[in-house]
Amino acid sequence: MTEKFDAIVVGAGPAGNAAAYTLASAGLDVLQLERGETPGTKNVQGAILYSDALERIIPDFRNDAPLERHVIEQRMWVLDEDSFIGTSYRSDAFNSESPNRYTILRAPFDKWFSEKVRAAGALVICETTVTELLQENGRVVGVRTDREDGDIYADVVILADGVNSLLAKKAGFHGELDPKNVALAVKEIHFLSEEIIQSRFNIKGNEGVVIEIAGAVTHGMVGTAFLYTNRESITLGIGCLLSDFKKSGVAPYTLLEELKNHPAIIPLIEGGEMKEYAAHLIPEGGYKAVPRLYGEGWMIAGDSAGLVNAVHREGSNLAMTSGRLAAETVISLKGKGLPCTQANLGIYKAALDGSFVMKDLKKYRQLPEILHGNPHFFSVYPQLLNRAAHTMLTVDGEDKHSKEKTVRNSFVEHRSLFGLVGDAFRMWRATR
Amino acid sequence: MHIVVCIKQVPDSAQIRVHPVTNTIMRQGVPAIINPFDLAAIEEALQLKDRYGARVTVLTMGPPQAEAALRKAIAYGADDVVLLTDRAFAGADTLATSFALAQAIRKLGEEEAVDLVMTGKQTIDGDTAQVGPGIAKRLDLQLLTYVSEITDLDLSAGKITVQRRSEGGVQVIKTRLPALITMLESSNTIRFASMPNMFRAERQVVPQWNRDRAGIEDASKIGLKGSPTVVSKIFTPRPSSQRAKMVGADLDATGVANAVLDVLSSDHPRFAREIGLVTP
Ligand SMILES: Cc1cc2nc3c(=O)[nH]c(=O)nc-3n(C[C@H](O)[C@H](O)[C@@H](O)COP(=O)(O)OP(=O)(O)OC[C@H]3O[C@@H](n4cnc5c(N)ncnc54)[C@H](O)[C@@H]3O)c2cc1C
Ligand SMILES: Cc1cc2nc3c(=O)[nH]c(=O)nc-3n(C[C@H](O)[C@H](O)[C@H](O)COP(=O)(O)OP(=O)(O)OC[C@H]3O[C@@H](n4cnc5c(N)ncnc54)[C@H](O)[C@@H]3O)c2cc1C
Repeated sequence: MTEKFDAIVVGAGPAGNAAAYTLASAGLDVLQLERGETPGTKNVQGAILYSDALERIIPDFRNDAPLERHVIEQRMWVLDEDSFIGTSYRSDAFNSESPNRYTILRAPFDKWFSEKVRAAGALVICETTVTELLQENGRVVGVRTDREDGDIYADVVILADGVNSLLAKKAGFHGELDPKNVALAVKEIHFLSEEIIQSRFNIKGNEGVVIEIAGAVTHGMVGTAFLYTNRESITLGIGCLLSDFKKSGVAPYTLLEELKNHPAIIPLIEGGEMKEYAAHLIPEGGYKAVPRLYGEGWMIAGDSAGLVNAVHREGSNLAMTSGRLAAETVISLKGKGLPCTQANLGIYKAALDGSFVMKDLKKYRQLPEILHGNPHFFSVYPQLLNRAAHTMLTVDGEDKHSKEKTVRNSFVEHRSLFGLVGDAFRMWRATR
Repeated sequence: MHIVVCIKQVPDSAQIRVHPVTNTIMRQGVPAIINPFDLAAIEEALQLKDRYGARVTVLTMGPPQAEAALRKAIAYGADDVVLLTDRAFAGADTLATSFALAQAIRKLGEEEAVDLVMTGKQTIDGDTAQVGPGIAKRLDLQLLTYVSEITDLDLSAGKITVQRRSEGGVQVIKTRLPALITMLESSNTIRFASMPNMFRAERQVVPQWNRDRAGIEDASKIGLKGSPTVVSKIFTPRPSSQRAKMVGADLDATGVANAVLDVLSSDHPRFAREIGLVTP
């Protein structure tokens, strides 16, 4: 007995769940395969959930989704060894009926999303790994799983198997990940009582704070750190490019240990009990590293397609949006009675190009190269900024004019005037 | 041949955590698993099915969520499952549990006579090892506990031969059917479900039996009412401060035995008297 479906979705992260939910809601016969024991067991994220992408799939998600806190304040810190300089934006407007960003924990969130997928009518089978794509005459016709009698057929296969998609690689859809295009992030969850979190971050109820961090903690490697408030815990993480880790020989957990022991962080996590440690890759190659997104009988979405906006730490929303658009492509073709050929699936790429997903990636397309070529963004500048602040804020009898001159000189000394102007121009061009 | 396997869904004790603030056990969020000993029972039943042909029915009494355990059982290859679930069953101790399960097995036997009932040796949460024997007694089945392997089954003669772990070593026991076997965990490992069975596990309807469906008329025998057990106190046992003694390391067997007897009679005179080691 061979099983055949309208569509098979590989993976039950945000991309796969968005795809399977959208397909099943349209009445298609969908099979979703996930290797984890339950959806979410293997997944790692900061995690900030961006409401908009999910709202377009499940408009009333706020009714029952396991959300931790809605973000009302964002801080940006640039750290030096023992200091930080930063900005923050906090607004009561973020306390609206339908907040724009939430902190979440992926395990319960993915479980919730998966229950919605099942309720919509998809068949979800876990603890089953897809080992390869079945191809006939250059066309993907199904998947092979690691189980006995494990071949399953479908009109189309949506790959949402996450960063470093082994399936796409095996099928020859894309090559090895370049270590320059992928970050390795580690994170920990520290449990603290709700009251302590509220008082430490000056928040009430389910309000939450996000701190994005750059500077000395990455040892000059291209990378950033983050701290998010959950209901009863704090997530703290740091990530840098794999190529930089290789070069520096610094172990990722060493960075996390140093971050935890930074005088700016210690008082925030003090007394917490570490409950969870996780490490995961993030595709950060951006626009230029996006592989082929579709072919005969297949599409690829989410991290497996490299759809991550590293500058804004957005991934899950690009994953959900691409998963949804892939599903809508199938639905539209099915509606017209058309097969999922490469030619017909081109509308998936067009839909992605027309959405924020590709537009944002395109906007920052130069950034990865600039950051690789200019390590001082992550080493010299944080130090200079902190020293400048220190100089200006130390009242010691020296006049302000002289202090400004000291600051200016320290910048030119460490990075020539030419370099400064060049950096400014390059950053402007890369982010404009 | 009809085999009924009883399984219990238990919290994965390896993943139970203590709340850092309140120091209480956090059951919430702890994944539920099939009691490991019961997995061994399922596997042994499936191997009998492979060898001799059989219908394997898996039975559990528990809350509606226990359905997940039964779906797993289908994935492994069980033919049928029954979820015994009713508010009236709540709060059962081993007496009430074995009563309800025995009733349900009786009902199952009305459809097709039951030749063999299998349970785990014990659960990892309740740990009593009483439910299997309780069922055997009520259904008047031959009881074989701590079984590590079923070596032979002769259906026409109605005989079963098993290896049973006992304190002295391994016993090989032959008895008549119908029988109840409680399985040791180490006996075998559960198979990796095939893809067709994974599909069947998702699609098969899991029948839910309430008290009436299980043919239980006397409500005083089930649930809290039918449970005389009272857990009056739970505490962490203190490790004993007594040191272990080594005796006769360099003696032969007889010498060691004599050395042990000497220690016993000097350290535990009352015990020594009772077993006649020294005359009063
Ligand atoms: C911490 C704790 C302490 C407890 N202490 C006691 C106590 O001291 N005395 C007491 O009477 N009760 C006690 N109970 C309740 C007891 O666990 C349950 O009443 C009873 O359902 C099963 O007993 P057991 O788990 O010890 O099973 P065991 O007798 O150890 O189980 C043996 C086998 O019976 C089968 N089986 C057991 N329960 C079921 C079921 N619900 N459905 C299908 N098959 C099953 C399984 O195959 C299992 O491997 C306790 C429960 C807990 C959680
Ligand atoms: C530390 C960290 C912090 C982050 N913070 C944020 C943040 O704050 N906000 C944000 O939006 N994004 C964030 N991201 C990015 C975000 O986590 C990802 O972009 C997002 O999870 C991508 O979703 P996905 O569905 O494509 O992949 P995944 O979530 O990785 O899901 C892939 C799924 O496929 C399964 N799978 C893989 N291979 C197979 C196979 N062969 N067979 C069957 N199943 C398979 C996996 O088990 C997994 O469940 C962060 C990432 C990291 C690592």
